Amino acid sequence: MSSFLRSYLTVAIFAGAAVVLVVLMLGLGSLLRPTRPQAQKYIAYESGVDPVGEGWSQSQIRYYVFALLFVMFDVETVFILPWAVRVKVLGSYGLIEATAFIVILALGLLYAWRKGVLRWV
Amino acid sequence: MPGDPLFNNGLNLAVALIVIIKAIIVFVVVLVSVLFMVMFERKVIGHMQNRIGPNRAGPFGSLQSLADGTKLFFKEALLPAKADKRIYRLAPILAVVPAFLVFSIVPIGGTITIAHHVTRLQLVDPPWGILFMLMLSSIAVYGVMLAGWSSGSKYPLLGAVRASAQMISYEAAMGLSIAAVVVLSGSLHTSAIASGQHGLLHFRNHTVPLPAWNLFRTWVVPFIIFMIAVTAEMHRPPFDLVEAEEEIAGGFNAEYSSLGFALFYLAEFMNVVTMSGVTVTLFLGGPDGPRILGHSVGPFWFVLKLFAFLYTYVWLRATLPRFRYDQLMDLGWKRLIPASLGMLLFVAAVRTGSRGWVIGVMVGLVVGAIALMRALSVGARTTEVEAASIARAGRRA
Repeated sequence: MSSFLRSYLTVAIFAGAAVVLVVLMLGLGSLLRPTRPQAQKYIAYESGVDPVGEGWSQSQIRYYVFALLFVMFDVETVFILPWAVRVKVLGSYGLIEATAFIVILALGLLYAWRKGVLRWV
Repeated sequence: MPGDPLFNNGLNLAVALIVIIKAIIVFVVVLVSVLFMVMFERKVIGHMQNRIGPNRAGPFGSLQSLADGTKLFFKEALLPAKADKRIYRLAPILAVVPAFLVFSIVPIGGTITIAHHVTRLQLVDPPWGILFMLMLSSIAVYGVMLAGWSSGSKYPLLGAVRASAQMISYEAAMGLSIAAVVVLSGSLHTSAIASGQHGLLHFRNHTVPLPAWNLFRTWVVPFIIFMIAVTAEMHRPPFDLVEAEEEIAGGFNAEYSSLGFALFYLAEFMNVVTMSGVTVTLFLGGPDGPRILGHSVGPFWFVLKLFAFLYTYVWLRATLPRFRYDQLMDLGWKRLIPASLGMLLFVAAVRTGSRGWVIGVMVGLVVGAIALMRALSVGARTTEVEAASIARAGRRA
């Protein structure tokens, strides 16, 4: 097993230990704490008054649009990081390529900006 | 050589034991530092607001967070009737576990030798080091989102949609400012990023009397962007719209009680500690610092810098008012992302070493910025003209 895979293994074991710790804590808590059921306790919290309508209400579409825009920039980061590691080796060739890539994406952001997608009314 | 030298020779019992010991140490350090951070924050904020802060539990109130945790242990856990039960139970775990894991890649010192095995003072030093931290901060979004969504209640849902848009907006800027650091270090190993910042700063064959930290080597701007993005990512004030008490009654965790609530609280403070550690590693040289009495005291300098950041986050909370949502989005998308893209190109041009490219990129950035302003102002003028014509039409009618 290579050093690479051992790092993965260590992290996986550590993550497993963290999950076990948290689940143990929750389990211990459920043994220790009191339970006195009462129907009113399980009503959704709406500042003290009885809840109105469904809990899952509609929310503004803009949140969704921002999430779509984010996908563009997250994918950009994924492509930029490999180049960033090798900047010195790739030299000016890599710089031109990366600049072209970034400019195209920046144009995308500019388009969204001009379209008013970034305006939060 | 990057990577943990511990794994270079075969895997035997001693190596496994060292890994386990390091894992336990990381757990203990993270948990103790969270207990400390909660107390520290309440104390410092108390003094900043001319109060005393907690002073009853233990000497100087030092056991206050332990007392709070114990209290939450014995509180009744309510499962809201409308909640999506499985996801409701899963969400706190999804919030805490990533917070734990981030600290495993933070280097707090050089190497030490335990029983003839050389190992680094960090749990793992994988070749995907800093990507791991980006990955975990993405998973942390799920914890908050699913918590709010699965509660089946309105305030938590509002907190969740706010969280999803806010955290992912700033994640883009954060990733790009990390890329600027990676350009300089040429490696994703956190240990290589930290050790690449030793010594004094060189600028055009001159030695500048400043440490060669990435803070200065990336021309400060990526550091500022990273700090802002991290604060928003952790939804700490002034970016705490996710849990704004005055507007949405605590937001995503409003329906959580007992240990579920405690876990979110734990995750939040754990994030403050671990992200401060990551910031120190990326921009302030990690354990880099002068030797004291001939010994290299990396962990001491690391903790000192960590404290500076912990204090800064408390300070921000005590002084800055909360952002409005449109201001938050404007800052993220219209300022930080373009700025971090520009800085990334500039740092990369400096790194390639040819002066022609530096000048070329600088000219390009200035021209690009002017073109951007021009393009946007044309849009603004059109809408103004349209608005005026609509108003005229209205008057005529």
